[in-house]
Amino acid sequence: MLKIEAVIQPAKLDTVKAALLDAGIEGITILEARGHGRQKGHTEFYRGREYTVDLLPKVKLEIVVNDNLKDKVVEAILSAARTGHIGDGKIFISRVEEAIRIRNDERGENAL
Amino acid sequence: MLHRAIKFLFPAALLGICSQALAVAPQLTSADSNPITRAQYEQLQQTIHDAQSAGDNAWVLVSAALVLMMTAPGLALFYGGLVRRKNILGTMMQSFAMMGLITVLWAVVGYSLAFGHGNGFIGGFEHAFMQGVGLTPNPDYGGTIPEQTYMIYQLMFAIITPALITGAFAERVKFSAMAVFLSLWSLVVYCPMAHMVWGAGGILNISGGRWPVFDFAGGTVVHITSGVAALVCALYLGKRTGYPLEDMPPHSMVLSFIGAGMLWVGWFGFNAGSALNAGPLATSAFVNTQFAAAAGAIGWVVAEWLINGKPTALGAISGAVAGLATITQASGFVRPMSALLIGLIAGIVCSFMVFRVKRFFGYDDSLDAFGVHGVGGTMGALLTGLLASGAINAAFGKDAAGKPLAIGAVDGNWHQVGNQAIGMGIGWALSIVGTLALLFLVDRTIGLRVSPEEENAGLDLSQHGEEAYDLNS
Repeated sequence: MLKIEAVIQPAKLDTVKAALLDAGIEGITILEARGHGRQKGHTEFYRGREYTVDLLPKVKLEIVVNDNLKDKVVEAILSAARTGHIGDGKIFISRVEEAIRIRNDERGENAL
Repeated sequence: MLHRAIKFLFPAALLGICSQALAVAPQLTSADSNPITRAQYEQLQQTIHDAQSAGDNAWVLVSAALVLMMTAPGLALFYGGLVRRKNILGTMMQSFAMMGLITVLWAVVGYSLAFGHGNGFIGGFEHAFMQGVGLTPNPDYGGTIPEQTYMIYQLMFAIITPALITGAFAERVKFSAMAVFLSLWSLVVYCPMAHMVWGAGGILNISGGRWPVFDFAGGTVVHITSGVAALVCALYLGKRTGYPLEDMPPHSMVLSFIGAGMLWVGWFGFNAGSALNAGPLATSAFVNTQFAAAAGAIGWVVAEWLINGKPTALGAISGAVAGLATITQASGFVRPMSALLIGLIAGIVCSFMVFRVKRFFGYDDSLDAFGVHGVGGTMGALLTGLLASGAINAAFGKDAAGKPLAIGAVDGNWHQVGNQAIGMGIGWALSIVGTLALLFLVDRTIGLRVSPEEENAGLDLSQHGEEAYDLNS
């Protein structure tokens, strides 16, 4: 099992969700997040005072899938979330040791 | 075809009504040549008087409600949006507390101190506990409206004035200290100032004062006193912890936007209501209010567009408020084109004060109560002396030929600029001395500032035990 985490632009959430559904992914967790990578934020002006906003709003997706779905999921996110500009986000993939369904104690891939 | 018939019929009908009205005038006789009796004539006079009184009373009562709306929700939202989210309830409560505290004080003694007969500086106690404030007009204060209408209308001004000051010490003052300080301030600074300018026998009163000052709706009484007090408070209390190194941007421009819109609308009651009747002078003040607010918004936005590169929403609403604060004093004295000019000057100068002067001196007038109201009120006082026109308001009466006497410098009466400066100087002096003394008193007894821990937690939690935005429920 793999956990695929993707940090994306908030505006891209709906297209990414639709692409994942097309790829056959049913379970997804979404977190509202703030952060920055190379995109260093922007400045705002309030009554002539300049404020630097360097932590920008992002959305983070967490999906846990069978190993064989990895490429499909990555491809779906890449195609749906990419604008080609700095700030499009990143994907991280890691191995998951166990998954447990709380309702009936199912384990492993059956719990996904 | 139809509208031609109406065009013909309407004047004919009007003529019919007029001739009927003329028929009952005393010197004329009716068609059957019976003269009307003295009793009928007096009844007619009374009917006319009652009708005028009803019209005036309706407008001033509506205006009173509009001015109250300026404090809450208007000012409460305007200021509330400008602070950080942990302080919005505390900030709004400061305005709302004035609606409670000042109302009670006004009923007990405030109205009497401002509008009772005393000396040139402060009223007496004859109206304490609303004694003698009835439903018949007081010839000194709007001769056609019940005195209680005048009293309640003036109360709304007494409420918003201390509420304006709260912008200077936002995010760092104890609720208890704020309540005591502003209540005392109302009695020590506001009531005497209102008496001097508007009270019968006041030294700055337009009719009969030693130095007649033109202050139509409170540029000196409201904006100079509150704006200068705001500066003194900002200097006395010191900066918010972390200012200016930490970012403290407004937490909701949307709330501020709504609040500013309400201030603009409410200001029609503030200025046009100050005519104390529903006549043409109210129209003049209404028009001037609109013109100055619009020009103020444009002035501020253009200035910041040139300096900072972007026209901001906060700039637009701040400029409108600056234009409104500055036209307040002049609203019933100047021509519409003068109002446009006053608004434009206000927007440009107040933005400069906020952008440059505040930063240069480094004081933390957190929500710019001084930069907008103090500066706007001071400019308004002088601009009124320059631009007041007898054609708009024959404040000094008319000459034998029926021509209004010169009232402002544009009419040739440069003397008035001096009077305005004296009024302004008294407003500044009274506010500085009164505010400092009361701050000292309250600081030594209750303590003005919250502790650093409480400031860090925010006023909402530390002062009120509440949170404005509970995202978990």
